[in-house]
Amino acid sequence: MSQRQVLQVFEQYQRARSQFAQAVADLAARPQSIDTLRSAGFGPHPACRVPALRREGVVCLLRPLLLDIVPSVRQTAALALGRLADYDVGLAEVIVKAGILPQLICVLPEENRYYKKAAAFVLRAIAKHSPQLAQAIVHSGALEMLAICLEDFDPGVKEGASWAFGYIARHNAELSQAVVDAGAVPLLVLCIQEPEIALKRIAASTLSDISKHSPELAQTVVDAGAIAHLAQMILNPDAKLKRQVLSALSQIAKHSVDLAELVVEAEIFPVVLTCLKDSDEYVKKNGATLIREIAKHTPELSQFIVNSGGVAAVVDCIGSCRGTIRLPGIMALGYVAAHSENLSMAVIVSKGIPPLCACLVEEHEDHIKAAAAWALGQIGRHTTEHARHVAVANVLPTLLDIFADAGSSEDLKAKTKKALKNILQKCTYLPALEPLLHEAPSSILQYIIGQFSKVLPHDSKARRLFVTTGGLKKVQEIKAEPGSLLQEYINTINNCYPEEIVRYYSPGYSEILLERVENYQPVL
Amino acid sequence: MAAASCGREEGGSMAALARLQERLTGLRDEYFLTNRAIDEDRKIQYKAAVKIQRWFRACSVRAYLRHLRKMAILIQKWWRGYLRRKYFREVVEIQKTWRGYYVRKYIHNFYALKKYLNAVCLNNKLVRHELQKYAEMKENEEKMKDLEKKEKEKKYQAQKMHYLLSTEQIPGIYNSPFRKSPDPMELLLRQSKPLTHRKQQVKIPLADELYGWPTCKEPPAFVTSLPLLPADRQKPQGPFRNPAEVLRQRYKPVEPTLRVRESMYSPPAKARESTLGKEWRNPTHDNEFLPFSSYHKNYEKYEPSLFKSGKYGQEAYGTKHFREVYPKKWIADKEERLRQLEHFSLEKRRHRGHLIEVHKHLIRMKEEQDPKLLSDSIVSTDKSQ
Repeated sequence: MSQRQVLQVFEQYQRARSQFAQAVADLAARPQSIDTLRSAGFGPHPACRVPALRREGVVCLLRPLLLDIVPSVRQTAALALGRLADYDVGLAEVIVKAGILPQLICVLPEENRYYKKAAAFVLRAIAKHSPQLAQAIVHSGALEMLAICLEDFDPGVKEGASWAFGYIARHNAELSQAVVDAGAVPLLVLCIQEPEIALKRIAASTLSDISKHSPELAQTVVDAGAIAHLAQMILNPDAKLKRQVLSALSQIAKHSVDLAELVVEAEIFPVVLTCLKDSDEYVKKNGATLIREIAKHTPELSQFIVNSGGVAAVVDCIGSCRGTIRLPGIMALGYVAAHSENLSMAVIVSKGIPPLCACLVEEHEDHIKAAAAWALGQIGRHTTEHARHVAVANVLPTLLDIFADAGSSEDLKAKTKKALKNILQKCTYLPALEPLLHEAPSSILQYIIGQFSKVLPHDSKARRLFVTTGGLKKVQEIKAEPGSLLQEYINTINNCYPEEIVRYYSPGYSEILLERVENYQPVL
Repeated sequence: MAAASCGREEGGSMAALARLQERLTGLRDEYFLTNRAIDEDRKIQYKAAVKIQRWFRACSVRAYLRHLRKMAILIQKWWRGYLRRKYFREVVEIQKTWRGYYVRKYIHNFYALKKYLNAVCLNNKLVRHELQKYAEMKENEEKMKDLEKKEKEKKYQAQKMHYLLSTEQIPGIYNSPFRKSPDPMELLLRQSKPLTHRKQQVKIPLADELYGWPTCKEPPAFVTSLPLLPADRQKPQGPFRNPAEVLRQRYKPVEPTLRVRESMYSPPAKARESTLGKEWRNPTHDNEFLPFSSYHKNYEKYEPSLFKSGKYGQEAYGTKHFREVYPKKWIADKEERLRQLEHFSLEKRRHRGHLIEVHKHLIRMKEEQDPKLLSDSIVSTDKSQ
C-alpha cells in the first residue's frame, strides 16, 4: 500500500515535469509569449523578483530538466531551450552564461537521435546571433560533439549538426577554421551525397559558408573532393538545392585563378547556363554570380565562357530579371568585356548593350546603375568601333543625365564620369556627340571637344554638318582659359573653318556689326 | 858679334831652315796621319749624317703614312656608314612590310576575327534556342503538375461527395432532368469510389522543429504514462483477453538489449571494437567461416569438352539438353498438331497397308507358284520392312 503511494508520488512528479517541459516548448513556439515567459519565470525565491533574475528564471528552471531521468523530458527541455534561444539574443546570452552548454554537450554521445537533434537545434539557435556567442560555443567544446553527430546514421541528426556548423562558420574566418579543424569538411562532403534533399541543401550551404572567407579554407573544401559532387547536383530539379550549390561553387571560385580553373574543369559549362533560365529568381542570381566569379580572373577563362555561349545566356538573364537579381549578370558582362577588345566585341555581337542600357534607364537603385555604367564603360573603351557601337545605342545621353542628376550618389557619379571619359576618348561617331555638346558640363566637354578636334580636320562633310547643327556656334560660346587643353582644341576647330564663319558665330558679332553700321559714313 | 848677329840672322834663318828641315821628315807622316784622321773622321761623320738623315726621313715618312692612314680611315668610315645606312633603310623597309603582313595575317587576323565573331553569334543563337526549349519544357512540366494536382483535387472531392450521386428514383444535383445530358461532375461521381472511414491523424503539437524537418517524417512515440482506462469499460463479448492485460502488453516499455542500449562511444562498445580489430589483425585461421556448404561449388567450374566447342561457342547438347526433341510439336496449335500427327500416322498406315497388300499378293502368288523361290524373298522383304 505504502509502496504504491510512494510510486504515485514519483509518477505525479514525473508527469508534472514532462507537462511543464512540453508547455514551455509550446509557449516558446509563439513569439509573443516569450516576453511573458521571460518575465514570468520566478527564481528560487519568489520574493526577490529582481529584473535580472526574472529573465533568468525560465532558463534556470529548464536547466535541471536537461539532466532528468526520463529521456522525453530531456528532449523536450532541450527543444524548449532551443526555441527560446532562437527567438531572442538576450536569452541566448543567458543560456551561455548559465553554463548550460557543457551539460547539454557532455551527454550527447550516449543520447538518442531526438536529443541529438534538439541539442543541435539549441547550438544553432545560439550561434546564429553573433560571433561572440559562436565563439562561446566553440570554447565549450561543442564542435567535436557536433562532428560526432555528423557521423550519425539518422539524416535528421546530420542535418541539425551541419546546420549548426553552417551558422558557426558564417561569421568570420577564425570560426570557419575552427569548424574545419574539427574535421567537419569530409563529413559534410559525405552528407552531400546522401539521398535526402534537405540534408544536401544544408550541407551545401555549410560548405558555401566555410569556403567564402579565405582561399585556404576554399582549398580545404576542394581537397575533400567537394567540387565533383557539387557539380553533379547542378542538374537536380530542386530549386533551393540549386541555389546553395551554385552559391558554394561561386564562393570557391572567387578566390584565385587555380580554384576557378578547378571549378571549370568539373564540366559545369554548359549545364550552368540552364540554371540561368530557371524559374526561381535566386537560382538565376547565383548562376550569374558563379559566371562572374569565373570570368573575372583571366582572359582565357572569359574566352572559354564566350565560346560556350555563356554571354548570350547572361544577356538573356539580365533582360528577363528586375532589381538586384540582375546585378551579378551585369558585372559578369563588364568583367568579360574588360579583358580584351576581342572579348568586348564578342559581348557587343551577343547583343549585350541594349539590356545594359535598359538597366540604366529602368532601375532605381544606385548601385545597379553604377554597375551598368561601369560595364558600358568597359565595353566601349577599347577602340573606335566599340565606342561607335556604344554610342549608336544612344547610351551617352543617358549616362550624361545620370551624371548631371543631383540625386545620384557619389559612387554613381564617379563611375558614370569614368565610363563617359573612357568611351568619349575613343568615340568618333559625330552624330552621337553633337547632342552632348549642348548639355554637357564642363568636365565632360573637354573630351567631346577633343574628339571633334581630332575628326573635323579630315572630314569636310562632318565640318558642314557641324556648322548646320549649331555646333560651331556652341563652340564659340565656350569660355576656356588660354593655354589650357580646351583652348587648344577650340583653336584647332577654329582653324578648320574660314575666318568669316568663325567671326560670324562668335558671340556678340551682331553688336559689332551694328556698331559698324552706326559708325559708317555713307559715301555720297 | 855682327857676324854673330848676321850669323845670327843667317843662323836664325838657317836654324829655322834646319828646324823646318827637321820637321820636313816628319811632315809627310804628319800629313798622312792628319789626312787619315780627317778621312776617318769624315767617314764617321758621314755615317752619322746618314744615320741622322735616315732617322729623320723615317720619322717624316711615318708621319706621312699616319696621316694617310687617318685620312683613309676617315673616308672608309664615312663611306661604310653611308652604305650601311642605305642598306639599313632598305632592310627596315623590308622588315616593316614583312612584319605588317605577318601580324595582319596571323596574329591580328581581321578575317579570322570576323569569322570568330560570326561563329560566336551562331553559337549564341544555338544556345538561346536550347535554353528556350529547356524553359518551355520546364513550364510544361509545371503546367502538367498543376493540372494533375487539380485533377487529384477534383477526384478527391468527388470521392468525398459520393453521396450526391443520383439514384433510380431521385436524380442527383448534377443530373437535373431538364438537362440533355448529365453534368461532367455526375460522370465523375459515377466513376469514383466512396471514401472509407479513416481516423483523423492527430497533429502532435511538438511537430514543428524536431519533426517538421523533411528528413524526419514520423514523430517518436513519447509514452509518458500508461493511458488510464475508463472505469465502466466492459470487457467485449467473446474470447477476448482481459483488456488491462492487453494494454499492459501493448504499452510495455521497450527493454532493449544491452548492446542496443549502449551507444557507440561508450567504453564496452569501444572495447568490443578493439577486440574485433585485434582479431582482424591476428587471425587464428585463414579460411574463415564460409557461409553455406555449397559455397565452394560455384568455384568448380564446368570445363567444356573439346569436341563440342566450335568457332561460335559450345554446342548445347550434353549440358542444356540430351535428347533430340521436336520442339515445334509443342508450339504449333492443336489442329496443326493433329493434322501432322494424322498425316504422319496415315502415311504410315498407308505404307503399312501397301505392304500388307503386297504381302498378301505375294503369299497368293507363292501358293500358286513355286513356294521356295518366293519365301526367301518374302522373308527377306519382311525382315527388311
